[in-house]
Amino acid sequence: MQRQIPLVITFLAGTVMIMQYFIPHWPFSALQQLFNRWYLVIAVFAMILGIGNLVKVHWQRLYRRKSGWWYSVVLLLALGVMGIAGIGGGIERGTFFYYLYWNMYIPMSSTMFALLAFFVASASYRAFRARTTEASLLLGAAILVMLGRVPLGNYLWDKFPLVGEWIMDYPNMAGQRAIMIGIALGVVSTSLRIILGIERTYLAGK
Amino acid sequence: MATAVVSSTLSVPNRDSVASEPPVPPREVVARDKPNDSGGSILVSWERSADDGGGRESVTEYRIFRSTPGGTFESIGSARKGVEEFADVQTIDGTEYLYVVRAFDGVSLSPPSTSEVVVSSAQWFHTGRTNILVGGVVLSFFVLWFIRKAKRGEELYIRPIAGLEAVDEAVGRATEMGRPIMYIPGIMDMDNIQTIASMVILGRVARKAAEYETPLLVPTSRSIVMSAAQETVKEAYLDAGRPDAYDSDKIMYLTDDQFGYAAGVDGLMLREKPATIFYMGCFYAESLILAETGHSTGAIQIAGTAMPSQLPFFVTACDYTLIGEELFAASAYLSKEPLLLGSLKGQDWGKAIFIALLVGGIVLVSLGFTRIIEWLATG
Repeated sequence: MQRQIPLVITFLAGTVMIMQYFIPHWPFSALQQLFNRWYLVIAVFAMILGIGNLVKVHWQRLYRRKSGWWYSVVLLLALGVMGIAGIGGGIERGTFFYYLYWNMYIPMSSTMFALLAFFVASASYRAFRARTTEASLLLGAAILVMLGRVPLGNYLWDKFPLVGEWIMDYPNMAGQRAIMIGIALGVVSTSLRIILGIERTYLAGK
Repeated sequence: MATAVVSSTLSVPNRDSVASEPPVPPREVVARDKPNDSGGSILVSWERSADDGGGRESVTEYRIFRSTPGGTFESIGSARKGVEEFADVQTIDGTEYLYVVRAFDGVSLSPPSTSEVVVSSAQWFHTGRTNILVGGVVLSFFVLWFIRKAKRGEELYIRPIAGLEAVDEAVGRATEMGRPIMYIPGIMDMDNIQTIASMVILGRVARKAAEYETPLLVPTSRSIVMSAAQETVKEAYLDAGRPDAYDSDKIMYLTDDQFGYAAGVDGLMLREKPATIFYMGCFYAESLILAETGHSTGAIQIAGTAMPSQLPFFVTACDYTLIGEELFAASAYLSKEPLLLGSLKGQDWGKAIFIALLVGGIVLVSLGFTRIIEWLATG
């Protein structure tokens, strides 16, 4: 029974969602929105679980003085201060929460994003080492696309932008579309397996 | 297409008392029920006034009026000059409506052009999606057909996937090194099919981790994913006969924020030094930040995503990458269960049909038979 009920719910929800895609008539037209609202309600309760888990894990780390416990102090303090500032004083422009958001959260988030530039450089260095035929082709294509997209390339030869564009629009696009078609088929197949109850790993079923 | 902007009630004047000559009225006003919708909508179309794009070039907009038979016309919106269609999205299904379209030149309205009576209704089938239905039915047929064959015990060959062959090795490596396994299920919620596929793979990985008694860390960026992951891992440990080894605190929620999550996972990687890292699910710009940090710790990394834009990053930074559909094939492949393998085989046949359609389509379009583009387009 513990396994059967989730399977029946999955089957019904999956079937109804497929049907609403092909049947615009009521009640199917309203079901997607209804299900999405249910999902939001569940998500709110899950958020409480998430925050609870976060506090529990870090409180235990702090209480047991595990290595790096001071990071947990920072996290719990930040969680508490932001929560109290937002709930107590609102989140509009001019509030303390707004100040913290723009002067702490945004700069830290931007810093993380900025790291990407360095990681792209280090990853590219490894990827573009011409050790194999494939890596050499990748290197050649990358150089042509780069030259097509910087003013220097255009200065050296005015056809570089066209070459770069051709690589992006044809070989690159063809590869991407092939992957997308495979993904679409994989999505259909996986959905079918889950809806029909053939795939039940998430229920630990064999 | 203009969107409906319902203005306040306005009676239509029969004659505009202005000195200038009114613009030429639009022609062929046709009102029809909007196809393939859930009702409550009527499309009004017309041919432009002779003074729009020609003649005196005086038309600035078209004004649309609506009435029930015998009733008074009321303004329901306007459309810019050059536009020939308007959607009235505030109709009541089953009620008869008449529409009038008049050209406006900023001063006076043209004489009215009236449509026939029309009624809006909801449709029981979206005809623009017939080809998707046919494709879905054909693919489902192949999947079910091969599942049936698998049930009868027929041997099905599935091509080896290097990334999945390496899962055992990766889990074994973590066991030998006495270090944990980290499983990252992407940054999207449980309504994303990649996250669902990721949970399915997590179940397989967790079972192996339980068998080898290796700690498994699962940092999540969504609380529902955390709950689902906890249940999945718990069931896997139970299934492996090691419920005592399950620790719910190892499946933790970090934050919903994309880069906050990346920072949190990077910190975990550097502190916990996992021997094996799995990246399975939907990733965006954080993919390379995570994978490069993982690479710097010396972990063996296996990634799988259906995000084409992130695949190059994973291919570069990880030891093995499941490309697109391989992510969805992983669970079946790892379990080796005939029923699941049957569905994989059906998926491969679906792919063969797509390839045949692509090649056939190229040939037909090259020969001038362009109607196939319409057949394959979605509405």
